[in-house]
Amino acid sequence: MRIICEFNRLNNYKICGNLFKIQLIYMENQHYQAIIIGGGPAGLTAGIYLSRAKVKTLILDSSIAGGQMILTHKIANYPGVENISGYQLSMNMLNQAKSFGCDVMSGISIQKIDFESTIKRLELSNGKQFSSDVIILATGGRSRTLGIEGEELFKGKGISYCATCDGDFFQDKEIAVVGGGNTALEEAVSLTKFAKKVTIFHQFDHFQGSKYAEEEARNHPKIEIHLNTKLTRFYGEDSLESVDYIDVTSNEIHHQLFDGVFVFIGYEANTEFLQGRCIELNKFKEIVVDSNLQTNVKGVFAAGDATTKKYRQITTAVADGTVAALNAIEFLKAL
Amino acid sequence: MVLPTNLKHLATANELTALINEKENVMVCCGRMGPMCIPVYGVMHEIEPEYQHIEFRDMAFDSPEAHIIRNLPECRGFMGIPFVIYYKNGKVAAATSSIQSRDQITKILDKVFVK
Repeated sequence: MRIICEFNRLNNYKICGNLFKIQLIYMENQHYQAIIIGGGPAGLTAGIYLSRAKVKTLILDSSIAGGQMILTHKIANYPGVENISGYQLSMNMLNQAKSFGCDVMSGISIQKIDFESTIKRLELSNGKQFSSDVIILATGGRSRTLGIEGEELFKGKGISYCATCDGDFFQDKEIAVVGGGNTALEEAVSLTKFAKKVTIFHQFDHFQGSKYAEEEARNHPKIEIHLNTKLTRFYGEDSLESVDYIDVTSNEIHHQLFDGVFVFIGYEANTEFLQGRCIELNKFKEIVVDSNLQTNVKGVFAAGDATTKKYRQITTAVADGTVAALNAIEFLKAL
Repeated sequence: MVLPTNLKHLATANELTALINEKENVMVCCGRMGPMCIPVYGVMHEIEPEYQHIEFRDMAFDSPEAHIIRNLPECRGFMGIPFVIYYKNGKVAAATSSIQSRDQITKILDKVFVK
């Protein structure tokens, strides 16, 4: 095990009368063999495999461990576990990683990264500095938002991203659902239990969801469908009252009253901090990896929803975490 | 009726009233055990040791006792759980609806409950 100490930071000085008192704060640059950025299922699994192989490992997470998994109310398709909440599965994985000696730091953000040197270096928002031989990027993804005027203002005040959580606030109200995939279509049908009327807005001329989900929505008497439309603005005072939407075929803008809008327009990768750096991303800003989950930079691997892949499930993230960790172990052995 | 979280719970409106009268800084997350609420409980549990000058509590949204939060004027227009209330000296200093990130929560804590 290598420990690299750098005494490199003059943090502050005080002027006391005629005396200059200089206080030096020595920052210890702690070295890990592997640092995993992201504590979702991919990152936690990589942490379990690496720590169990006695690789000194640190997981860094910007929020709390679990990633998007924690937002899942009930997981019924994780093999070997009939029913479990996303939170519980996250905590199980986290505790398992810690039990093998994996260090975990949550609620941090990364200020600086040097990927390209043989020894990778990171500086966190709290001033702590770390170095490692290997980095695994497991930053995951997040629900896409519309990014239009009023969205942030009315989040939780009429705009929702979870039908299970907030559906009952809209008893006998008129609501809209935005999106054209399975989630949007299925949640639109489920929201008819509460709402008087549900209008689906979708930007394309056809749905991306399954035929079954589409038929359920199309045949439902409470559901109206507006294809080729995009919401452009939200209005209201204490809560959401109305929206503007554009017909993309005619460019006509319409105004319509709604008490609520549910947004289900897919996911995007958490890779902002990688943009413009040496790590190759595709046009969707996802991390490009080879079959060993190695990025274009030596010693930097990537796993989970932030990578270029077709299917994004907890099980596929767990598989990625495993593959990235095993390849990282091989890489470390060859050093 | 209390929630199965790692936080201390408030079961009645009287308990909340007593707490905010006794303690200067109180944060209460009123929700269910759903995907928008659980991450907020998780953040509260994690930051509790760093913010020892604040009392962190949860309360079950579906309990009749939660009227004390659901009917606050500051919660008018709220249509997303959890309802999170920040009490300073017994008064509502801030209130949010729906899921909030760790950054969003700590930003409010640092602003409302200055050490």
